[in-house]
Amino acid sequence: MTDISLIGQPISRLDGPLKVEGQASFAAEFPIDGMSYAALAFSTIAKGRIATLDVGEAEAAPGVVLVMTHQNAPPMGPMPMMLGPGEPDWRAGGGDNLAVMQDDQVHWNGQPIAVVLAETQEQANYASTLIRASYEAQPAVTTLDEAKANGTAESSVFGHVHKVAVGDAEAALAAAAVSIDVTYRTPFQTHNAIEPHATTVVWDGDELVVHDANQVITHTAYSLAKIFGIEERSVHVTSPFVGGAFGGKALWQHQVLAAAAAKLAGRPVRMNLSREAVNRTIGGRTLTEQRVAIGAGADGRFDALIHTGTTVTTQRGQLAEGFIGPSERSYAAGAFDLECRLAFQDIAPNSQLRAPGNAPGTYALECAVDELAVALGMDPIELRILNQPERNPTDGRPFSSHHAVEAWRAGAERFGWAKRNATPGAVRDGEWLVGMGCAASHLGYVRVPGGAARMTLTREGRARVEIAAHEFGAGTATALSQVVAERLGLAFEQVSFVYGDSTLPGLVMGGGSQQTASISASVIAAQHALTTELLQIAGDASPLAGLTADEVEGRDGGLASLDAPERHESYAAILARAGRDEIVVEAAAPPPQEMMDWSIQSMGAMFCELRVNAVTGEVRVDRVLGSMDCGRILNARTASSQFRGGVIMGLGAALMEETQFDERNGRVLNVSLAEQHVPVHMDVPEIDVIWTDIPDPQTPMGVHGLGEITITGATPAVANAIFNATGKRVRDLPITLDKLM
Amino acid sequence: MNPFTYARATDAADAVRLASTTQAKYLGGGTNLVDLMRETIERPASLVDVTGLPSTIEERADGSLLIGAAVRNTALAEHRAVRTRYPVLSRAILAGASAQIRNMATVGGNILQRTRCAYFYDAEGSRCNKREPGQGCDAIDGHNRTHAILGASPACVATHPSDMGVALAALDAVVHLQGARGTRTLPLTEFHRLPGDQPELETELEPGELITAVELPALQLAAHSTYRKVRDRASYAFALVSVAAALEVEGGTVKDVRLVLGGVAHKPWRAWKAEAALRGGPATEQAFRTAAEAELADAVPLRDNAFKIELAQRTMVAVLGDLAARTARGDM
Ligand SMILES: Cc1cc2nc3c(=O)[nH]c(=O)nc-3n(C[C@H](O)[C@H](O)[C@H](O)COP(=O)(O)OP(=O)(O)OC[C@H]3O[C@@H](n4cnc5c(N)ncnc54)[C@H](O)[C@@H]3O)c2cc1C
Repeated sequence: MTDISLIGQPISRLDGPLKVEGQASFAAEFPIDGMSYAALAFSTIAKGRIATLDVGEAEAAPGVVLVMTHQNAPPMGPMPMMLGPGEPDWRAGGGDNLAVMQDDQVHWNGQPIAVVLAETQEQANYASTLIRASYEAQPAVTTLDEAKANGTAESSVFGHVHKVAVGDAEAALAAAAVSIDVTYRTPFQTHNAIEPHATTVVWDGDELVVHDANQVITHTAYSLAKIFGIEERSVHVTSPFVGGAFGGKALWQHQVLAAAAAKLAGRPVRMNLSREAVNRTIGGRTLTEQRVAIGAGADGRFDALIHTGTTVTTQRGQLAEGFIGPSERSYAAGAFDLECRLAFQDIAPNSQLRAPGNAPGTYALECAVDELAVALGMDPIELRILNQPERNPTDGRPFSSHHAVEAWRAGAERFGWAKRNATPGAVRDGEWLVGMGCAASHLGYVRVPGGAARMTLTREGRARVEIAAHEFGAGTATALSQVVAERLGLAFEQVSFVYGDSTLPGLVMGGGSQQTASISASVIAAQHALTTELLQIAGDASPLAGLTADEVEGRDGGLASLDAPERHESYAAILARAGRDEIVVEAAAPPPQEMMDWSIQSMGAMFCELRVNAVTGEVRVDRVLGSMDCGRILNARTASSQFRGGVIMGLGAALMEETQFDERNGRVLNVSLAEQHVPVHMDVPEIDVIWTDIPDPQTPMGVHGLGEITITGATPAVANAIFNATGKRVRDLPITLDKLM
Repeated sequence: MNPFTYARATDAADAVRLASTTQAKYLGGGTNLVDLMRETIERPASLVDVTGLPSTIEERADGSLLIGAAVRNTALAEHRAVRTRYPVLSRAILAGASAQIRNMATVGGNILQRTRCAYFYDAEGSRCNKREPGQGCDAIDGHNRTHAILGASPACVATHPSDMGVALAALDAVVHLQGARGTRTLPLTEFHRLPGDQPELETELEPGELITAVELPALQLAAHSTYRKVRDRASYAFALVSVAAALEVEGGTVKDVRLVLGGVAHKPWRAWKAEAALRGGPATEQAFRTAAEAELADAVPLRDNAFKIELAQRTMVAVLGDLAARTARGDM
């Protein structure tokens, strides 16, 4: 390898200049001749049937091409469901199993009931307001209490049931010297990325081309093929740039509707969701109600950890906000009782939203640990360090890499935790009560099967890697180009990374913080195939003769023996001698055996200092520090951006984010960004991030995902700091000022 | 958005003439009206752009300021005379919206912006007496954390969202109007209406009447004024409660005072009762609290907004205390 490693270097994002210059084409920016523009009309009841649907006025409006409803939509199969109950369909991309616009049934308030196509977006928008519907409503389930009263069900994701019992936790809790037993509530949150969902769709005979804002392109191609009853290779999904994904840019009704309307009209269709449409049709994080009880000895060791409760989903999707993950693996305890159950409401299908399950779960767990520290009169960091497990505490697997204590110590030192006054409400600055809080971040490692890569090496010594992966602004393409260059012994500029196209190799889910690990595994496999072929064609004349792929590495523009680096030959020389212009290999990533053998997780120690106004209850966060243990960092710049972005979302979750439903009819009220609050610049303080940068010996390239980890701990760190500032424990998010007055 | 015609007025008379057709609306910066047209809540057949009308701020010999209706919010907040003689107004404007919106928004449009009630905005799915008279109000028993606690009616519990208007009400501002029947003036405090049983009527404006200017009378104590806005995030959010106040204290006694609440009613809520209670009395925290309580005595909480009653009182006391302390220190 070259002496100065490319890996970890803070290289700026490759797509940065394109975006700044406006040259990056997003899904709604593909020009196509004969384009028509779509707008949606939505149901205004949560459950029942459409009794009448009058589209005459809309059809007659200027510029209207057609209006599509359940009465004239082409026949379509049900949504293949990505993460529902039962056997996982690894290729599916949908959030529920509904057949889209096939009948008069209404399943949630805000469900699309009509699509208007027109010559311009404005004409489509206007005509969509002329559609008149009447309904026969049925009683809908719109509150958690009603949903629970109807009975709850077991929950699971990818076949992993959200229920863990070790020992008799209730008995251990009852017998514990010190205990807390409290309930936390977290609200619905909707995906509101800066780029609203958008799709540009064109049929060419039986071939369907979809330019989409998407983080599961291959899944989307597979699912659309099923829905329209065509071959999977007849569907081509591209997604070169995505303006924020966070788990929300999957397959929803709008892509299906756009494709159906395009078929019906025989014209290309662009469907660019309005912010209202995003908030009515795209699901997000659902609400949770979580009991956390911890019993401990007087020394602080946990005797019992109970983390149980309910999360809301739909009957059609049954996707769990599985909040018990953090409690399954983060602390040692004598006994565990962990369970997340499902309750069913009539809402849009919920989906994954940055650290699904882990974010609300960590909030509850880490606030509970803080509450216990208060009850014990212990420092909350020392309490956490005391209860670090030796191995995974609920399944006994060894940890692959676990440096929580280092992260805590380094973070506490840098943050100045020693200066904290442990007495709540004791530090005052004029009208402001000042507090410090901390919490751990938790996220389990995931690598989904299906990764693959094509690698092309040219005689000029340039390498191209092609994977059906995604770039939603996180810097994936940049960081992975660094990896490829480093591994092949090439300069960064000699490597290109092609992604965002479903016809490329691999089935890569751009979520679960797993893309980097998946791509790394595929790149390693492809490089191995490439090296094998290079050694084969190098022949006896090469200084490398007789070596196997495992005995060489990429170095200085060629291959070199690991044992004797002077045995080296450049790629150019090998290819030239063999009379080849390029070599192309394709290889699949091995199955994620590391997930079976090891307990792999990311963690972080999060710290927060803030002020609460004693007069008004307003909260202002002054500074945040995250001390992360997330395996090897591939690019310091893109990694810190991900860490900081997660913290900002965590602050939002703590203080303001909430999708408000009118419980009388299940309708979302805050459908615009004026009313659905996320942090603005003035809410975001300086965010400091440091990391252990210790490669995980069991994962490809030593990496863990790091796009989701910080959101999990930032929220409880804020809540715990608010307690330290005020002595008030608010257990339902968001912590708005009225709860602190 | 419904189709509409567009014309740009050259002067006030031209504007009034152009708007004499039915269903015309004046267009300022469009930051509120165009949004409402997109939602089909406003459906004007024609727009008369009045941003070309005078946008000057005239300092008059009697010490008053005459602010053209087309003056942009940013320009008004930055004006030297406003910043030094009426600081409450600069602060209120700068506490509102975002820099981009303030650059577009006009004085006339700001005063006439409409409520942010979610049910008012949801033309397809919710009932609203303001939007469709007689339809019913979904807010009164629904999500109403941001709604009115003072002066509301069974027909409507919406609030007026303007920050600038709260400051104008404290400054005894006078609105200059021009219509088909000539010109007239109205104090800002009498310009907006309470909802009563006609919440669709939000102001005393006659159909087609134009705001030509807003006048700030010379007001000594306005130099000792401030604005405090309490909201759900640090910026870019509407007020849950806001307070505009001016205070003149002499020898520990309140010589004069202006006090207005925002975010609590269908109009900027001039706290006449509190002002009366304070005038001539001691400038003490106890007196401030008593006055604030008197003002909120008639407040009626809804399901989600009872906190506003206490919040309004606390914020009034804090703002008055702050002004009194600053006067005592001589830094105003
Ligand atoms: C996201 C967002 C956040 C905001 N936050 C705040 C906030 O925190 N605080 C705040 O105070 N405001 C806030 N605003 C509102 C903003 O201040 C108003 O939209 C703006 O002041 C309206 O001015 P305009 O000139 O754009 O009015 P327009 O939208 O052009 O017009 C508004 C109304 O005034 C009428 N009109 C305009 N000029 C005249 C005239 N000369 N005579 C008669 N009628 C006239 C129009 O017909 C229309 O009915 C926010 C707005 C947005 C979109």
